[in-house]
Amino acid sequence: MRPAEETAVPVAGTGEEAGAARDPGRRGRPAVLATGLVVGMAVLALVAMASVALGARGVSFGTVIDAFLAPDGSNDHTVIRELRVPRTLLGIGVGATLGLAGALMQSLTRNPLADPGLLGVNEGAALGVTLALGLFGLSDPAVYVWFAFGGAALTSVAVYALASSGRSGSSPVRLTLAGVAFGMVCTAIASAILRMDAQTFDRMRFWLTGSLAGQTADTLVRLAPFMAAGLVLGLMLARPLNTLALGDDAGKALGVGVNRTRILTGVAVTLLCGAATAAAGPLWFVGLIVPHAVRAVVGPDQRWVLPYSALAAPVLLLAADVAGRLIARPGEVQVGIVWAVIGAPIFIMLARRRRVAAL
Amino acid sequence: MAAAPAKGSPLMASRLSGTSLTLAYDQRVVATDLNVSIPDESFTVIIGPNACGKSTLLRALARMLKPKTGAVHLDGSVITSLPSKEVARRLGLLPQSSIVPDGITVADLVARGRYPHQRLMRQWSKADEKAVAEAMRATDVTELGDRIVDELSGGQRQRVWLAMALAQETPILLLDEPTTFLDISHQIEVLDLCADLHETGRTMVAVLHDLNQACRYATHLIVMRGGAIVAEGEPGDVVTPELVRQVFELRCEIIQDPQTGTPLIVPEARRRVTAPA
Amino acid sequence: MTIRVGSWSVRLAPRALITGAALLVLACAVSVAALATGEYTVPVPDIVAAVLGQGPPVAELIVGKLRAPRVVTGLLVGAAFGLSGAIFQSLTRNPLGSPDFIGFTAGASTGGIIAVVAGGSAMTIAGGALAGCVVTAVLVYALAYRGGVQGYRLVLVGIGANALLLAVNSYLLTRANINDAATAGAWLTGSLSGRGWDHALPVALALAVLLPMCAYVSRPMRMIEMGDDAAKAMGIKVEAVRAVAIAAGVLLSGVATAAAGPVIFVALAAPQLARRLTRSPGVTMGASALTGAVLLTAADLAAQRLLAPTQLPVGVLTAAIGGTYLVLLLRKERH
Repeated sequence: MRPAEETAVPVAGTGEEAGAARDPGRRGRPAVLATGLVVGMAVLALVAMASVALGARGVSFGTVIDAFLAPDGSNDHTVIRELRVPRTLLGIGVGATLGLAGALMQSLTRNPLADPGLLGVNEGAALGVTLALGLFGLSDPAVYVWFAFGGAALTSVAVYALASSGRSGSSPVRLTLAGVAFGMVCTAIASAILRMDAQTFDRMRFWLTGSLAGQTADTLVRLAPFMAAGLVLGLMLARPLNTLALGDDAGKALGVGVNRTRILTGVAVTLLCGAATAAAGPLWFVGLIVPHAVRAVVGPDQRWVLPYSALAAPVLLLAADVAGRLIARPGEVQVGIVWAVIGAPIFIMLARRRRVAAL
Repeated sequence: MAAAPAKGSPLMASRLSGTSLTLAYDQRVVATDLNVSIPDESFTVIIGPNACGKSTLLRALARMLKPKTGAVHLDGSVITSLPSKEVARRLGLLPQSSIVPDGITVADLVARGRYPHQRLMRQWSKADEKAVAEAMRATDVTELGDRIVDELSGGQRQRVWLAMALAQETPILLLDEPTTFLDISHQIEVLDLCADLHETGRTMVAVLHDLNQACRYATHLIVMRGGAIVAEGEPGDVVTPELVRQVFELRCEIIQDPQTGTPLIVPEARRRVTAPA
Repeated sequence: MTIRVGSWSVRLAPRALITGAALLVLACAVSVAALATGEYTVPVPDIVAAVLGQGPPVAELIVGKLRAPRVVTGLLVGAAFGLSGAIFQSLTRNPLGSPDFIGFTAGASTGGIIAVVAGGSAMTIAGGALAGCVVTAVLVYALAYRGGVQGYRLVLVGIGANALLLAVNSYLLTRANINDAATAGAWLTGSLSGRGWDHALPVALALAVLLPMCAYVSRPMRMIEMGDDAAKAMGIKVEAVRAVAIAAGVLLSGVATAAAGPVIFVALAAPQLARRLTRSPGVTMGASALTGAVLLTAADLAAQRLLAPTQLPVGVLTAAIGGTYLVLLLRKERH
């Protein structure tokens, strides 16, 4: 199957009813898919439990429950309440935002290789954060997240414009190259800023590779509203994106505000990527691989792809984070590195297997 | 512009032929056991419905596609055993899609057709100059020489590509759907040009979509369906209502082209055939 | 313009020749400026004398031992990056197709960092970088190979490898002790400071061997830019040419990275600047090499003098140049 078809030709069209009418065998599908979401939430809860319990120092599930019900101020309970729980919640937030952001970008650009990290959006956000922290000394997450939004918005517009300029128009390869190029400029500038100040460098070098560690509950509370806004806006765009998947002209003919949808999707992506990056640094591949896997299961209807992506990504992100903690005990491998090591081979496989449109 | 015959090749009825060809892209087999020979100095047109393997056959004849089994012969030798540049001096190809390098002028692009005749220390001989001028004159792009290819219209651009293939000065020229994306007047223009080239003694082989155009211009028609050659010969002998029905699943009437006397296909008014033959 | 001698003929574009000459003059001017200025100013006549071995001892020391190796390394590394960029942009038919993005430079960095952590000397680091680059290239080529290597598949597989290697690099950096991390970090930004003749020599040798090779494949490569079928129809062995070109491009970016660290964006910007300057269609090898040389030495000069006495790593400047270049590309191609 060609990737373009995968994103560009939704089977169910714009209405599940139409799909059900044409294919009576699939009448029960929404029910199955809805059940799947519930199961997914249960899995997420399990992984979250594991993330709280496992780490450099293993804690029994009984102790975890005690820490919530009857905190006694012991070392274990403090670690759980002060470090592991915020970290896990942050992981859920970051995973959900990046998963959704990836699905939105792949749908909007009709490009199966779109990913907030690959397309430079996360790096742009990271540069914004670096500027805020390194140059202006702003340390309130609710303040520097605006720099992240600025960086994310600028890079997404620039990358999109660069990729769709020229004679041949936007192709997956052009878009990816433009994204990687802008991402590298942002990273180079960010590292240069960091190098001028040894203290900031030491604090931020882990963050720059993508890490859930070292963020406090306060960061989470400060960033949560932005993440929530992005998630709600993003999920609301499923219908118009379904229609746009047929092409701009078809979308227009079916009465979708093409530019409005594009701009709103851009806003959602900016909110999602900016907040996620402000929290966990520039992460690659989460937004690439999760929507691919999700589409393989639920089909091309964005009304299912988007929520499933937002649910599956935190499961995988937390799992990777736990794995990173367990592999290198008593130290840890940053979740960004774990993801790159898992994600890059999958990306290469996708690039090899599928007939991605030529340059 | 006499096309130099290959040295020492015996004069044969067919300089270019394929025997028991199995053609496949990766694992997908498109055609099996094809035998085809291109009559010398003919204007051969390969025709058939979409995905019948006509372009694949042309690509195999042009050594773009290596056959799984069988071999393509040029002047009696297996084409892949000949030095690649040597083949390029005898056989030219106008591919279906080529990429125009950024900012290249018409003259520069046509000049690139001389590549097989050049060497590192013989980059631009008098013969090169003459061949390019000749090719540009024949395709009527001389005045466009300094224009940027990107800025030309589709028809002009196709003439420029054709000029490049002509500058190669090969006695055999293969064209893969040379009229696609052109409007009707440009289609006729390109085909007339091909007919002129044929008259100067070249062997032309083209893949075409339009059956009526094929009938009008071809001296030899190869009709394909489902990866096999269904019929071969002069259009007047080959094209019958039965053949058209069998190959294109189209009921039609065949009349004489009032201009050329070649067969002209007129589809039946209600044209869906209930069951293919 | 054509020069014919007997049956020999060589084609030359006047504008390309003039541009080439101008770039050479510019390279000389930048070099002389780099040799003359700094904490201790050496007058130009003394430089000439020092180069001829007859200058005052101070000038000979400063020029011959300190500044000249740096300038020469800069020129050679810049030329190698420019040439390598030209090769990959032609192969991928994309102005963004640069060894920086498709994993080769990152692979060289990985090799270099491993050598730093293993406590290697400057020579080991260079060797590690070259090895890392070659190993990466072989893997990327093998993974992208499916009955031939298409440009776009090479790019995508390379981008995947790039991401993986960048992650490995940061992992290595976070694992390393703070001293090694600082050494590796400085090397990773790319720098020409403290380069001696032993850094310049390998690059010079590589260029001496690979430059003729590039000249030889440049004509068929220009044909391949028109599409594989068109090139094959002209009698070009597309896969063979591509393999030779990739090998040359990888070795060039490998030795260059080994000498100066992964200085990014020279390979990206030089070929496009050269193309605009010569107004020639497609990518031009010679002009790209010259532009790369000028670009890197000029950036290095600016990095030394801009915030003097603070010395910026040249990689910071080339990154800034790269960013500007991308924006220009954006503006230029809007219409």
